Amino acid sequence: MALFEAHGIHKRFGHQVVLEQINLSFESNQLSGVIGPNGAGKTTCFNVLTGRFKPDRGQVLFDGEDITGLAPNGIARRGISRSFQIMSLFDEYSALENLLIALPEVRKRGFSMMRRLDADSEAADRASCVLARVGLAGSEHRRAGDLAYGERRSLEIGVALAAEPRLLLLDEPTSGLGADATARLAELVRSLKSDYSIVVIEHDMRFLFDLADTISVIHWGQVIASGTPEALRENKWVRRSMLGRVE
Amino acid sequence: MDALQAIVGRWVSREMLLFLLVLVTLPIWIEPFGLYQYLGVEIVIWMIYGFGFNLLLGYSGLPSFGHGAFFGIGAYAFGLFQVQIFENLLLGIMGAVAASFVAGAIVACFLSHRRGIYFALMTIAFGQVFWFIAIKWHALTGGEDGLLNIPRPALEVAVTSVGLGSNVALFYFALSVLAVVIVVLWRLVHSPFGKVLQAIRQNETRARFVGYNVWLFKWAAFSLSAAIAGLAGSLFSMAQQSAYPDVMSLHASGIIVMMTLIGGGFVSFWGPAIGVAVYFLARDVLGTMTETWLLWFGLLFVLVVLFKPEGIAGAWQQYVGTGSHRRVASLFRLGRK
Repeated sequence: MALFEAHGIHKRFGHQVVLEQINLSFESNQLSGVIGPNGAGKTTCFNVLTGRFKPDRGQVLFDGEDITGLAPNGIARRGISRSFQIMSLFDEYSALENLLIALPEVRKRGFSMMRRLDADSEAADRASCVLARVGLAGSEHRRAGDLAYGERRSLEIGVALAAEPRLLLLDEPTSGLGADATARLAELVRSLKSDYSIVVIEHDMRFLFDLADTISVIHWGQVIASGTPEALRENKWVRRSMLGRVE
Repeated sequence: MDALQAIVGRWVSREMLLFLLVLVTLPIWIEPFGLYQYLGVEIVIWMIYGFGFNLLLGYSGLPSFGHGAFFGIGAYAFGLFQVQIFENLLLGIMGAVAASFVAGAIVACFLSHRRGIYFALMTIAFGQVFWFIAIKWHALTGGEDGLLNIPRPALEVAVTSVGLGSNVALFYFALSVLAVVIVVLWRLVHSPFGKVLQAIRQNETRARFVGYNVWLFKWAAFSLSAAIAGLAGSLFSMAQQSAYPDVMSLHASGIIVMMTLIGGGFVSFWGPAIGVAVYFLARDVLGTMTETWLLWFGLLFVLVVLFKPEGIAGAWQQYVGTGSHRRVASLFRLGRK
């Protein structure tokens, strides 16, 4: 059984049907991609899978457990961690503090009121490790809001990593980045591949076709195709819907 | 020695010692300045109130415009305890803290899923409810006259008993309470709990997605803050020897918001203390010059909000160059939920 499965997800806002019969499955230790044009429902799909919205119909299973309709914090605690397309950091906190807050060991004693967090060197070490992993070593004490855009994108992934996820969901990690920065970020994601089960949403096709083991294509709120990158290149629906524009 | 220093250092900061030193000597120098001892009592009580309030406003980013309710509940609870049950200082204070904590906890159940302007509006509504009850429930609260003749019970330590009848004695008692509140809150805001509250202020959504039960944190912050307001209220009823609905009015609730903002609660732990001191000095110094002192104080508030929303503490940090450049958006950001 796959690590993560979504069956028949349906989501409407008013009269607007955004997701219709979405079926997805992500295997562990793989990098799965979700692609689709703007407005196809990719981010809404992530939002439903991570608890931001409740689906109208359908079922979400994580490691065999039904997590449909759980609150975001409940889903996060089960080991699903996500990044955001629109940067979502704790801007007044230093890069290190951003990661500290996300560490499970800090989260577990979130109601501890009398011990200083900054005196906890073990947690700080762990946060530093994550920071180094996303290429921000040395930026520990810089304010997240003062980091450059590309660095913020890396920190965005760092916060998701610090939660020590069993499944890492990245929502358009290259959004707004130039070619060089996108290449650097691709390297970062590639380096994470061996240690994490990852799902990446992208509309930058080249980025995903290089990295992903399997790809699902979402268009008009439906999964119109899925398979390995090679297989998808041949798929006529995919070619017609968008690949033609890129290649 | 070093070990002792380390332990002290973990609980007490240099600013804290300096701050308390200034206040400890206050009864000596306040009268030569042409002011009076009771002012010191008032200032210390409102500082307790302010520090507790800032846990909510400055640290959690939750603007409450109805906090006077909990201050008032503390005052009434203390008064009723002394008059109806029996005279005892510490039990009365504990009763007041418990009463305002429970009231805060109940109100927080209705508030904690809100943020921004909706949160603020709900606090006004609840504040008004309590204020109205205080006026109308004549049998319990004495209506608009309030509870009168609340005693100042003596402080009993071991076998000795210290009377708090004089304002200087009450001042030192309130100051020791303030010292405890400051030490505890200082630890609290640097603890994981405090850090999570600040993370929620900065980005509630992300806090939720890294696994925090944001509702519970907001609830806890609100209830704690209400309890501290009640603690201040109990001391206030001793100071005034009465408890009355006026402190629960929207107007009185607005003043604590104003004090905290002018002082710079968003950027500094000490913001509320600065704001409280400035308010009372303005009242008593400007007040001797003009009857319309509150107009000038209000104007100061408008100027601060317009040009220096980080308050006096923020201006100071900028001046000495330690400014954290924090943006003070939380109160002015209109929440979506």
